Amino acid sequence: MSALRSVIDFAIGDAQAEKAVPPTGFTVRLTVFSAAAMAFLVVFALALSLAAGRLADRWSDELARSATVRISAPVEQMAAQTEAALNVLRTTEGVESARALTLEEQRELLAPWFGPELPLDALPLPQMIEVIETASGFDGDGLRLRLAGEVPGAVLDNHARWRGPLVSAASSLRLLGWVSIILIAFATGAMITLAANAALAANAQVIAVMRLVGARDSYIAQAFMRRFTLRALAGAAAGTVFGALALLLLPSASEEGGFLTGLGLQGAHWLLLILIPILAAVVAFLATRLAAHNTLRSLT
Amino acid sequence: MAHSYSGGELFNEVSLRLAPGSFHFLTGPSGSGKTTFLKLCYGALVPSSGVVRIFDDDVRQMSRDDIALARRRVGVVHQDCQFLDHLSLQENLALPLTVSGHEALDDYANLKELMGWVGLTSRADALPPELSGGERQRAALARALIMSPDVILADEPTGNVDWEMSQRLLTLLIELNRMGKTIMIATHDLGLIRAAKNHVQARVLRISERRLQLAGADL
Ligand SMILES: Nc1ncnc2c1ncn2[C@@H]1O[C@H](COP(=O)(O)OP(=O)(O)OP(=O)(O)O)[C@@H](O)[C@H]1O
Ligand SMILES: [Mg+2]
Repeated sequence: MSALRSVIDFAIGDAQAEKAVPPTGFTVRLTVFSAAAMAFLVVFALALSLAAGRLADRWSDELARSATVRISAPVEQMAAQTEAALNVLRTTEGVESARALTLEEQRELLAPWFGPELPLDALPLPQMIEVIETASGFDGDGLRLRLAGEVPGAVLDNHARWRGPLVSAASSLRLLGWVSIILIAFATGAMITLAANAALAANAQVIAVMRLVGARDSYIAQAFMRRFTLRALAGAAAGTVFGALALLLLPSASEEGGFLTGLGLQGAHWLLLILIPILAAVVAFLATRLAAHNTLRSLT
Repeated sequence: MAHSYSGGELFNEVSLRLAPGSFHFLTGPSGSGKTTFLKLCYGALVPSSGVVRIFDDDVRQMSRDDIALARRRVGVVHQDCQFLDHLSLQENLALPLTVSGHEALDDYANLKELMGWVGLTSRADALPPELSGGERQRAALARALIMSPDVILADEPTGNVDWEMSQRLLTLLIELNRMGKTIMIATHDLGLIRAAKNHVQARVLRISERRLQLAGADL
């Protein structure tokens, strides 16, 4: 509670203290600009991270469940071949379960391509068998050979497998996004430290006068901290808004676009953007505080 | 205590106690170390050897915050005045109040009165660079007094003002001394010292040959 109180005190602040330090011109503009640019970048790094995360999750979900066996056979053999295929699958190592899809389920799968009115009974549809692998998975080539021997009409389709490397790529991309955010935070801190040091050096005389009339270091430091923190907050807020607008202008998620679409944020993730200006303010606060206390300690 | 800059030794074996309520003048040729001596007195410098105590605390043992707090009890009139050029005169005079967190209205009423005293009411909104040398000096004195300090250290407070104004400032300082404030004025204006001696029991110290000597009755 008292922490919150002191944050509020700081934000409302001692405008007098800040006034005692003359406008610091370019250092403050530099802070606003770099905070805005960095926030803009963080919006994208965040969107990239979250989108890559979503992709990795979805793909690995699909991976977990999807391998299919398709049986194309004359109608009178269909039931027998299906039963034979299921038998083969049940005795295959690495298959957790196998289940023939019902007519209803097959209709649903086809609806996107042929519409819901599809007269399934009239069409010689292949029978689909959904295969769920165990964590270790099955030997695709071995299974294919066995099926070829015992169920002539069966085709094993485990194409989802090749997504394995993609999933790990998406996971790395997510990690990369987070690492970028951390690097940007440090770069922002470094830039604000430079700006604050420049401001402190430019105001050595002002600091000396304030010391002479009895100002404590913490009071003087606060004048600088408040200024840089509020400017970083404002700059980062503007940068975040621009970044968010840019995200809104990106095409939304679609199947055809694959990975490149759907880079935007979804649902509650938009709320994460609020954290960006706050993070910038915290970084500015800490950087300026360190710079101010280091400078002040070296003065009489 | 003794003090030396890189250029050489300014004092050796200087020993002085400013008794509460006392009135001192500090004289000596230009470059003899008057300003340096005052800086040692308010903790802006630490002596090269020996001890300086401010209100009984050894400067060397004091934290930076301790020194800041001690300075609120010591009003200093700087030789080169030292204002913040981007603040108005009035804001500059209030600076000691501002930095010590005084928000009380009577402090500011005090400010108005002080400005009247040093004849600067009409210049309240001027920026320091727009003031004349004498106005700046009067302002520096007003700023030194705003916190009602126990001790007033004034470095050439009358260097740039006419005789009449210097008499007024002196009268103000003597008045403050009667109220119990400890006062030390560094000056080489012997006329000022003579004028003061008619009204107040003042000791005159002279820096010579790296020591403090009590000046004789020739003044
Ligand atoms: N920061 C410093 N570093 C080195 N030498 C200094 C420093 N400050 C002052 N001095 C030297 O110390 C000597 C005393 O300076 P000081 O300002 O105390 O003299 P002063 O008696 O006040 O002179 P004035 O009457 O001209 O004001 C001078 O020779 C000056 O050049
Ligand atoms: Mg001097």
